Amino acid sequence: MKVKVLSRNPDDYVRETKHDIQRVPRNYDPALHPFEVSREYTRALNATKLERVFAKPFLASLDGHRDGVNCMAKHTTSLSTLLSGSCDGEVKVWNLTKHECVRTLQAHEGFVRGMIVRYCGTSFFTVGDDKTIKQWKMEAPGYGEEEEPLNTILGKTVFTGLDHHQKEAVFATCGQQVDIWDEQRSSPIRSFTWGVDSFSAVRFNPVETELLASCASDRSIVLYDMRESAPLKKVIMTMRSNTLCWNPMEAYYFTCSNEDYNLYTYDMRYLKRPLTVHMDHVSAVLDLDYSPTGKEFVSASFDKTIRIFPKDGGHSREVYHTKRMQHVICVKWSSDSKYILSGSDEMNIRLWKANAAEKLGVLAPREKQARNYNQKLKEKFQHHPQIRRIAHHRHLPKNIYHQRKEQRIMKEARQRKERNVRKHSKPGSVPVVSEKEKHVVTVVK
Amino acid sequence: MASPGEAVVKESHVEKKKKPPARYWQESQEEVKDENKVDKGKNRAGEAALQKKTQKAKKRKQEEHQRDGKKFRSGKSDPFPGPAPVPQDRMQKFKRKDKMKKSRGQTYKLKDIISRTEEASEMSQKQAARVDLLLPEDAGFLEGDEEEDTCTISQQDIADAVDITSASKYFNLNLSQFGPYRVDYTKTGRHLLLGGRRGHVACIDWQSKQLMCEINVMESVNDVKWLHSETMYAVAQKKWLYIYDSNGIELHCIRKFNDVLRMQFLPYHFLLATVSATGFLQYLDVSVGKEVAAICTKTGRLDVMCQNPHNAIIHLGHHNGTVTLWSPNQKEALVKMLCHQGGVRSVAVDKTGTYMVTSGMDKKLKVYDIRAFKPLKSYFLPSGASCLSLSQRGLLSAATGDIVQVYRDVWSTPVTKPYMAHRVRGAVWGLHFCPFEDVLGVGHGGGFTSMLVPGAGEPNFDGLDANPYRSVKQRQEWEVKALMEKIQPELISLDPTQLGQVDRATFEQRHQDRVQALGFDPLAKGKFIPKHKKKGRSSAGSVEKRKKQVAHEDQRDVIRKTVEDKMTIEKERKERKKTTAALSNQKSALDRFKK
Repeated sequence: MKVKVLSRNPDDYVRETKHDIQRVPRNYDPALHPFEVSREYTRALNATKLERVFAKPFLASLDGHRDGVNCMAKHTTSLSTLLSGSCDGEVKVWNLTKHECVRTLQAHEGFVRGMIVRYCGTSFFTVGDDKTIKQWKMEAPGYGEEEEPLNTILGKTVFTGLDHHQKEAVFATCGQQVDIWDEQRSSPIRSFTWGVDSFSAVRFNPVETELLASCASDRSIVLYDMRESAPLKKVIMTMRSNTLCWNPMEAYYFTCSNEDYNLYTYDMRYLKRPLTVHMDHVSAVLDLDYSPTGKEFVSASFDKTIRIFPKDGGHSREVYHTKRMQHVICVKWSSDSKYILSGSDEMNIRLWKANAAEKLGVLAPREKQARNYNQKLKEKFQHHPQIRRIAHHRHLPKNIYHQRKEQRIMKEARQRKERNVRKHSKPGSVPVVSEKEKHVVTVVK
Repeated sequence: MASPGEAVVKESHVEKKKKPPARYWQESQEEVKDENKVDKGKNRAGEAALQKKTQKAKKRKQEEHQRDGKKFRSGKSDPFPGPAPVPQDRMQKFKRKDKMKKSRGQTYKLKDIISRTEEASEMSQKQAARVDLLLPEDAGFLEGDEEEDTCTISQQDIADAVDITSASKYFNLNLSQFGPYRVDYTKTGRHLLLGGRRGHVACIDWQSKQLMCEINVMESVNDVKWLHSETMYAVAQKKWLYIYDSNGIELHCIRKFNDVLRMQFLPYHFLLATVSATGFLQYLDVSVGKEVAAICTKTGRLDVMCQNPHNAIIHLGHHNGTVTLWSPNQKEALVKMLCHQGGVRSVAVDKTGTYMVTSGMDKKLKVYDIRAFKPLKSYFLPSGASCLSLSQRGLLSAATGDIVQVYRDVWSTPVTKPYMAHRVRGAVWGLHFCPFEDVLGVGHGGGFTSMLVPGAGEPNFDGLDANPYRSVKQRQEWEVKALMEKIQPELISLDPTQLGQVDRATFEQRHQDRVQALGFDPLAKGKFIPKHKKKGRSSAGSVEKRKKQVAHEDQRDVIRKTVEDKMTIEKERKERKKTTAALSNQKSALDRFKK
């Protein structure tokens, strides 16, 4: 007779002393873990609920400006520094970790329209309503010294925006035309015009560094090559675009914020129709900025909210608002992709978390593991109705909630009417125009 | 670069015909490698042998080539290059789903996502299979000598042959006073609960033989069951259902549950399912103390019950020979199966939820595949089995009167002899295999017997699921985790993986609604417009040619569909014919009156 009976030595399964950690032998046999899917689903549901519980995105409010914040600029080399310009011509430099203003200077008379930090981070440029471009040192002046610009250029017309080249001493401004400036000269090295109109924003492409794009008030977005004397092409839309931003990772895509409450992502090579229409705002969109990862962007709107959109999603994944925040004029996504900064009408700059439920600070390895696991679970079960409902629910201010509802009803009514027209006319005579095609008037080369 | 021991042979097309002669050391090295592979898995070894036969020369050349590429300073090369092989059969064990078929309609994004997830799952499968090789314990076994049946080996012989701790797991408790006993083990297998018909309830840490509590409820006891941990248990008494803690203190008397005869605890749902003499199947959520469902089965007294551990469906056996399957979400039985000619005496379902074993008054023991609801095997037991129990590794114990028989492989091979047999001192009333141990607990008229059944228990437990060696702190931690991921009773269904599958029906419904709302199909294929090809290839003639290639595609689809429909209709018709023919051939009870 040969016999073997299971007989475990408890020493192999129990810790030796109290100071050891407990032994946990694992066996991954699926037969020992029944209800795999249902348990994972339950975990995913719990994780989704907890995410909503811990969603506290608002971090701090930076107050100190004496008028609405009109523009902001990220420091190119320092994460903790932010520059902001207000409607009374004042520029403030902030230390974000301490939540305090470290420097104040009266840069312009009237609005500070645009501001940009030079790629090296040693100086920054501002343009204002007083038709000047000023270059400032990043360091604060020493004791007893006066706050003076390094360089001042007097322009002929009002400038409305500016952007600096990624690695050369060249910057671009816009106003009645788009000008390319050399930092050493007091007159533009190149000027672009295409019809008589004014421009609201100009942006250099971060990868193909000689390219620029600008938003014009004749409802068009114009692309330029700095090396050429004439603009490349432009797309005319049904409504005017306020600002645009290039995707930093896939720099052939750019997104523009439009007056018709939507944002449009275009492929620069193919302007006939936008890649994506981002809808959710209930008022004009004033500014946007991409996350440095290029996966998401944040938009600021006149409806007193900021929203975060995935780059290829038609609807926002997140909406931030407070009772006190008024029309949001400018917004920036910090260079470590963790924070969002919004400047609004009521003179405050607000600091938000980019992921509302994220825990700040250093995570222990097990915390990290748990977070990754939960994230994967949420992703896996995201389309289940229960989880979807919880994950998508956001509280909205009453008026925005009602406006959204109203707009939805209006949209449905328009669709219904179109459908009825199509039904009662000759087949093929009323073509189906997709939402993407509706907003583009024409492309001019 | 090149070590002095080996001359670098540069391969060129001129030299190709002359191969270096095979050396004895190379041969031996290969053999060593192959032996190693045999250890790791049969499949792989077979593969290697095949390769050896057919591509011996080629392989050697390859190896040499590899060696040329990677030089070690000592001149030696890695005898086991690359990652260690993973045996296929182990991989199969951890396989969740088949690979998806690639359809042409998928976008590049979807294709990318699918390929990534498949890669990840394959990787995890491999890793799990590797860990599986390293599991510390092996299952028990019992083999007789030549011409010796294992069923003739007595428990005493086994106890004498095995080590002292295992021998102590064979014991008898002489409790003749309070009548036949029901038995239950906790999920970890550390604790034993005994419930005597005449009111004696005891819980024991049976490995250390420590009595945790012993009470007499002064009422008849119908069934006892541990709840999720060893701190609480439920007792079905004469009238109500009671819950006690491990010190024997009465925690609850649940008056909503009356005349309960049998109970089952669903550990992942925290549900206590009870059946009563009045024909009610009731579910109690023990985490919140609410009655989840009360189902009137309308089949009279219910005293045969078991759960399917794979999908938490309750199986009930009835007097008319049917077995019914129940979930708390439906007032009707999910399935009714006619299993026996007489009443059903006992039902058991195996761990994987594949097989159901039933025994009936007709003295038969039947095995069913409950995924397909098909009978697999039918055995005749001389006096019929009153109690059945299945172990983690698929051993079946059946009690016939005062004899407990254990069978092996009842579903795969026709069994003629029991694996083990043991006579106890009274009619058997309760039978339960201890999880993670080679032990079968038998409750009978004369008390309790703990039998050694080698090969019954799962040798390697998972510490995060059911850890027999857990401390109090670990148990508390586990309790919190388990409560957090309690599965809602609404998720109980015949197929537990259904939640992870694509809900096509709803998608189609929604798509139809959308089409109706929009007035056109947004997912429909557009009309084919030939692309303008450059370099002079887009002449009017070639455009026409391209158009023609896809011109009848739509029509072809329609034709294909109609042909398929016709085929299915034809098939159905044939099948119907066959069944009617079969029915008409069968003799009915009324045929005897025909002339």
